[in-house]
Amino acid sequence: MAEMSAMNRKLIQNLAASLSKQVKHVNKTEAECLIHLFNRHLEDQSDRRVGNGLDRGTFRNILHKTFGMTDDMIMDRVFRAFDKDNDSYVGVKEWIEGLSIFLRGTLDEKIKYCFDVYDLNGDGYISREEMFHLLKSCLIRQPTEEDPDEGIKDLVELTLKKMDYDHDGKLSYADFEKAVNDENLLLEAFGTCLPDVESILAFELHAFQEPVDS
Amino acid sequence: MCGSVDTLGNRQTANVDSQLATSLSLNSTYTSDICISGLCCHTSAVMGIALTRAAQWTTAGSGTGKLDITPNNESLLKEILQFVELFSSRYPQEAKHVFNEPLQWCTSLDASDFKEGYDISGTTVKSQETDVNGHPMLQLNPPSISVRNFSQLSEIVQLAKEKKLKEVRDCLEANRDPAVKMLGPRFATVGGEDSSVLRLLEEMKEGDQSKEVTVKLFLLLQQLDTHLLSSSLQQISQEVRLSPATVKNDVELLNRVGSEGENAVLKGIQYTSDYVFINGCRTPPWRQVHGEICYLVIQTCDTEPLHVTCSTAGVFLNGGIKPGQDHAYDRTSDVYKDLVTLLKRMSPHFAENINKQDFAIQEKPPSTQKSQHVEPVDDEEQGQPQRSYEHQEAYVQQKARQQPEKNKPGGRKKLEPSLKWKNLGLASPHEEAGGNKSKKSAANEKTSESPEKMQKKTDFSGSSSPGRQSTQIKTLGAGTSLQDYSESSSESEDDEEQPERRSDNNTDLPSEYWLIQKLVKYLKGGDQKATVLNLCLIMDLNLAQETCQLAIRDVGGLEVLINLLDTKEIKCKEGSLKILKEISCNSQLRRTIADLGGLQMMVRILDSPDKNLKCLAAETIANVAKFRRARRTVRQHGGIKRLVELLDCAPDAGGLMETQVKEVEMARCGALALWSLSKSTRNKEAIRQAGAIPLLARLLKSPHDNILIPVVGTLQECASESSYRVAIQMEGMVQDLVKNMTRDNQELQMHCARAIFKCAEDKCTRELVRQYEGLQPLVSLLSQADNKQLLAATTGAIWKCSLSMENVAKFQEYRVLETLVGLLTDQPEEVLVNVVGALGEGAQRPANRATIRKCGGIQPLVNLLTGTNQALLVNVTKAVGACASEPENMAIIERLDGVRLLWSLLKNPNPAVQAGAAWAICPCIENAKDAGEMVRSFVGGLELIVNLLKSTNKEVLASVCAAIAKIAKDEENLAVITDHGVVPMLAKLTNATDDKLRRHLAEAIAHCCMWGSNRVSFGEAGAVAPLVRYLKSKDLLIHQATAQALFQLSKNPNNCITMHENGVVKLLLDMMGSSDEGVQEAAAGCVGNIRRLALANEKARYD
Repeated sequence: MAEMSAMNRKLIQNLAASLSKQVKHVNKTEAECLIHLFNRHLEDQSDRRVGNGLDRGTFRNILHKTFGMTDDMIMDRVFRAFDKDNDSYVGVKEWIEGLSIFLRGTLDEKIKYCFDVYDLNGDGYISREEMFHLLKSCLIRQPTEEDPDEGIKDLVELTLKKMDYDHDGKLSYADFEKAVNDENLLLEAFGTCLPDVESILAFELHAFQEPVDS
Repeated sequence: MCGSVDTLGNRQTANVDSQLATSLSLNSTYTSDICISGLCCHTSAVMGIALTRAAQWTTAGSGTGKLDITPNNESLLKEILQFVELFSSRYPQEAKHVFNEPLQWCTSLDASDFKEGYDISGTTVKSQETDVNGHPMLQLNPPSISVRNFSQLSEIVQLAKEKKLKEVRDCLEANRDPAVKMLGPRFATVGGEDSSVLRLLEEMKEGDQSKEVTVKLFLLLQQLDTHLLSSSLQQISQEVRLSPATVKNDVELLNRVGSEGENAVLKGIQYTSDYVFINGCRTPPWRQVHGEICYLVIQTCDTEPLHVTCSTAGVFLNGGIKPGQDHAYDRTSDVYKDLVTLLKRMSPHFAENINKQDFAIQEKPPSTQKSQHVEPVDDEEQGQPQRSYEHQEAYVQQKARQQPEKNKPGGRKKLEPSLKWKNLGLASPHEEAGGNKSKKSAANEKTSESPEKMQKKTDFSGSSSPGRQSTQIKTLGAGTSLQDYSESSSESEDDEEQPERRSDNNTDLPSEYWLIQKLVKYLKGGDQKATVLNLCLIMDLNLAQETCQLAIRDVGGLEVLINLLDTKEIKCKEGSLKILKEISCNSQLRRTIADLGGLQMMVRILDSPDKNLKCLAAETIANVAKFRRARRTVRQHGGIKRLVELLDCAPDAGGLMETQVKEVEMARCGALALWSLSKSTRNKEAIRQAGAIPLLARLLKSPHDNILIPVVGTLQECASESSYRVAIQMEGMVQDLVKNMTRDNQELQMHCARAIFKCAEDKCTRELVRQYEGLQPLVSLLSQADNKQLLAATTGAIWKCSLSMENVAKFQEYRVLETLVGLLTDQPEEVLVNVVGALGEGAQRPANRATIRKCGGIQPLVNLLTGTNQALLVNVTKAVGACASEPENMAIIERLDGVRLLWSLLKNPNPAVQAGAAWAICPCIENAKDAGEMVRSFVGGLELIVNLLKSTNKEVLASVCAAIAKIAKDEENLAVITDHGVVPMLAKLTNATDDKLRRHLAEAIAHCCMWGSNRVSFGEAGAVAPLVRYLKSKDLLIHQATAQALFQLSKNPNNCITMHENGVVKLLLDMMGSSDEGVQEAAAGCVGNIRRLALANEKARYD
C-alpha cells in the first residue's frame, strides 16, 4: 500500500509538472494540490469510472458548495465550459484549466470563459433568445402586468441596444469583449459564473495550504 | 391643513424607514399626499372635502376625531354656521327637503330650550313639522338629537344661542360626511371622477321633480364647500411652515440673546432631547408623524418654565414633556407661528425686553462684518444665523446667490438678528399677511436710508458714534482680516443655501425620465444580475445632465442605490457607487444622499477589502461632502480615520505594478475626500489626529499631478490651522511645495501658492521658502495674469513672504515691485488685496518706495483709498503710509488729496481700517509741506480723530495716539484738540497695559503738554502716576516716550509732587544710565525739575 501511494505520488508529481507547464497561472505545487483535490472528489463520486473524471452531479455539487453558485442553468453551463471535450466528464486537465481561470484568470480569459457560458448553443453568438433565456427569472413578476415577460423582453432589448455594437441583433464575441472592457461590471451580466473573492480565498486556503500528503 | 401635516409626517417616516429598510423596494409615499395637499376639488364632493382636508382633526387622519379648536377650524365653523342660520330664510323650498338619513349627534340642548312649534313631553321633544309619513323632523331624546331637514337645523342654531358654535361642531364631529346623510350615499366624498350629478340630471329630465330640489341642495352645499376651501386655502397660504432648520435657528438665536447681561430676555432654553434624527427632528418617530419637530423647556424671567412643542404647524405649550418623565404631548395653548411670538405672548418680560436687544443681537453673528455698512444688501445674509466660520468661507458664494435667496418663501426669514427683526419679525400677524411685500419695502427703506447715513458722515463734523462701531467690530482684529480673506479665496463651492428646485410639471419631461423610471423599477424588482445589468444601463445615460440626476431622485432611485450599498454583492455596490459618484455632482442630490444615510454606508464600505470599492466610496464621499452637515456626518461616523488610512500607500509610487497603481489610486481618492472634508474646522483637527500629516507629506513627493492636487488642496485648506502650519514647516513640506510650484499645472501651482500664502505668516516658513529658492518660481507665476485664482494665490504668497526683509531684498532683485504696480489696476479684489499687501511690505525698504513712485504706483494706490473692501483698505492704508515716509512720494499723495481720503477712512466702521488710516496719517503729517494748515483744512477732522480715543481697540488707540502726537506739533491744532477734550481722554487711557499703546500714549501726552494749562489738566486727571509705572517696562521705546512726557509734566510743581510720591526718582536715576541720549537728557531734566522744586520748597521754609 505504501508502495502504491509512493508510486501514486510519483505519478501525480509528474502529471503536475507537465500540467503546470501547459496551464497558465498554476505552478507545480499548486497543480499537485489541485490533482489531489480532484482525486478526493473522484473518490467521493458514487459512480466510479476511473479515467473519465468528475460527472455533472459531482461537479455541480462542488460549484455549489465551494463556490456558492446557485443557478442550476448557469452551473450546467459552467460544467459545459469546463468540459472542453464534451465527454460529459471534467477530466483532471480540464479541472485544472478551468480552475486556473476561476482563481487567477485575466480579464481577457474571463471574458472568453463567460462568453462561452452564455453562448448556450455554442454558435459564437449570444442571441436575443439566449439572452432572454438567461435573464428569464431575473425580475420579480409583477402580477399586475399583462405579459409577465414584458419586463424581461424590455431589459433584453435595452441590453442588446447597449452591447450590440455592430447592430446585427445579437452579441458577437467582439461585442461582448468591448462592452466588458468598457465596463467591467458587465462581465457576469447574464448570471454569476465566476466565484467571488471570498470563496476564492477560502478555496485557495483550503486547497493549497493543506499538507499535500494527507 | 390636515393633509399637509400628513405629507410631512409621511416624508419623515419615509426617511426613518429608509434608514432601517434593507429590502430593495421602497415605495415612495409622496405622490398621493401631494395631491391631497394640493386640495384638489372634485365636483362631486360636498363640503366633505373642506372638512376632511382643511379642518384640523386632533389625530391626523383617523376615523372619529375631534375638531381642534384652532383659529382655522373656528373660522370654518363660523362659515358653516352662518350658512345654516340663513338657509331656511334664503332657500325655503330646499330647507324643507327631507334628508336621506337624519343627522344625529349628542346635544347640550334640553327640552327647556325648545319653545313653540315643538311638542315637549318630559325631557323628549318632537317637532310639529313632520314629513309625509308623519315622522317628526326633529326629535330630541337627551342627550341625542336627530334632525331631518335644513329648516330644523336653522331652528336649532337659533335656539342654541351662544352654544350654537358648539352644536355645529358636535354635529360635524358626529357626522363626518354630512352630505351623504342629507342626500344619500351616492354623494359620498370620494376622489376621482364621479358622474353622480350627471346621472341625477338625467333622472330629473325624465320627470322626477323631487330630484330637482336635491340637485339644488347639492349645488348649494357644493358652493359652500368651494367657498370654505378657498378661504381656508387663503389662510394656509399665510401660514408659517416651521422646519427643523428654522426651529434650530430660533433656538440658537434665543440662546445667544437670552442669557446675557442685565437685560436678558430669558433665563434659558433647552431641548428635552439631545438626540437629533437625520431629518433634524428631536422628537421620537411616532411623534414626528404628527409633524412635531422638538420639545423645549424655556425658563423665562417671569413665569413658570414653559414646556413647548415645536411642530411644523407652529409652536404651542404642551402638558410638560420632560426628559425621562411621563410624556404629555397634548396641546395646552393656542398655536403660534414661531417661538418669539409664543414667548411674547407668554412672558411679558420677554415682550418688553426683546425690543431692546437690537444692538446686542447685531453684534453677534460672527461673520461678514466686512461689508456691513458698505453694502446694506448684505444684511440679508446676516439674517441667517449661521454658526461657525464656515459661513465666511461661503461668503463669496452666498453673495452671488443672493438673488435666489430673496425669492425664498417668507417663512425662512422669520427671525432675523438685526434691526429688521424689530421691524418685521414682531409685526402683527395681520401685517404679516402682506408677506414678502412689506418685508421688501422695509428692506428698501433700509437701503435708501444707509447712503444717507454715509453721506452725513462724510462731513467730518458729524461725530462717528464710536459706541456703535465698537460693538460691531470687537472680533475683527488686524490679524483676523487676513484669515477671512485667505479663507474666502480658498473655498470653492459650499452649497448651504441652494434652493430646492423640483420640476412638478409632468408634461415636458424628457424621454430619459421615463427610461430612468423603468430602469429603477427593474432595479427594485430584480435579482443580482438584473441589478448589475440595470446599473450598467443607468450608467450609460448622461448622468452629468441635471434632468437625469433629478429624474433618478424623483423616481426614488436614490433610495434603491443607497440600499444597494448595504448588500453583500460587491458588483451591486460597485455599480451603485459608480452612479452615485456621478450624480452627486448635483448639490440637491448630495443633500438627499446624505439625508438617506448614504454617507454612513459609504464610510462602512471604506472598511471593505475590495480596493476598487474603497476608491469609489472615497470619491463619492468627496463629492457628497461639499456641505457642512455631510462633512459632520462623515466625521461622526469615523470616516476620517478610514480615509486617512487610504493615504498610506507605498512611498515610491512611480512603479507600474498593478497593485501599486491601485494603491496610488486609493491614495488619490482618499485625498480627494479629505480635501472636501477639510473645509470644516473640526474635520481639520480630526484629520490631523488621524495621523494624516506624515502621510500627506509623503504623498507630496509623488510624481503624479492628479494625486498632488488633492493633497496640496487638503494641505492648503488645513493651513488655516496653526497646528498644520507648524507641521508643514516641521515635516519639511515647504521644500516639496516649492518644488511642485514649478510643475506645469496651474491648479497645482495655485494650491501650492495658497499653501505658502497661509503658511508664510510664520517667520521660519518664509525663511524656508527663500532657502529652497521658492521666491523665483513665485515671481515667474506672476506672468500667468489670466488665471485670476492663481494670481491671487501667487500675490498672496509674495505678500506674506515679503514680511521678511531678506525676502523683500530678493524680490527687489527680481524686480517684483514693478510687476506688482502693474497689477494695481483692473484686477479682482482678492488679487488687489494681496498685491497692495505686498507693496505695503515692500515699501518698508526706502529704495522700494522710490521704485513704486517711479513706476507710477502712487496714484493707483491713492485711488484705492476710495474702495469699500475692508481687507483691501487695511492694506492700502499701510502701503500709502509706507510710501508717505518719502517726501517726494508725499508730494504726490498731497496733490492727489490722499490725506483727506485717509482721514475719511477714520470713519470706517472696521477698526483695522481705522488703525491703518491713523498710522498712515502719521508720516503724512510729518512729511507734508504745510502739515498744520493741511490738517486744519479738514472740516471736523480734528474732532473726529480725538473722538476715536473712545475706541476699545488697542491698535486703533495706539495709532490715534501716534497721530495726535504728530498733530500736536502744530500749536494751533493743539489748541483745537485741547478744546475737543483730548487731555482727559488721553489721561483716561494711561492705565493701559499694552506696550505699543503706552509708548504712543506717552508720546502724545508729551506733545500735548505744550499748550495752555494742559500740564495741570493731565495732573488733575490723574495721568502722572500711571506714567511713572511705564518706566518699569523693559522697552526702550517706552522709556524714551515716557521720559519725555514726564519731563514735560514735571514743569508743573503738583505733578512733581505726584511723581515723587510714586517713587519716580529712583526709576529716573536708572534711566539716566540709559544708552539712549534722549532718555538720559529727559530723565535728567525731569529729576532736575523735581530737585528744583524741592530746593525752592526748602528755601521757602527757611526764608
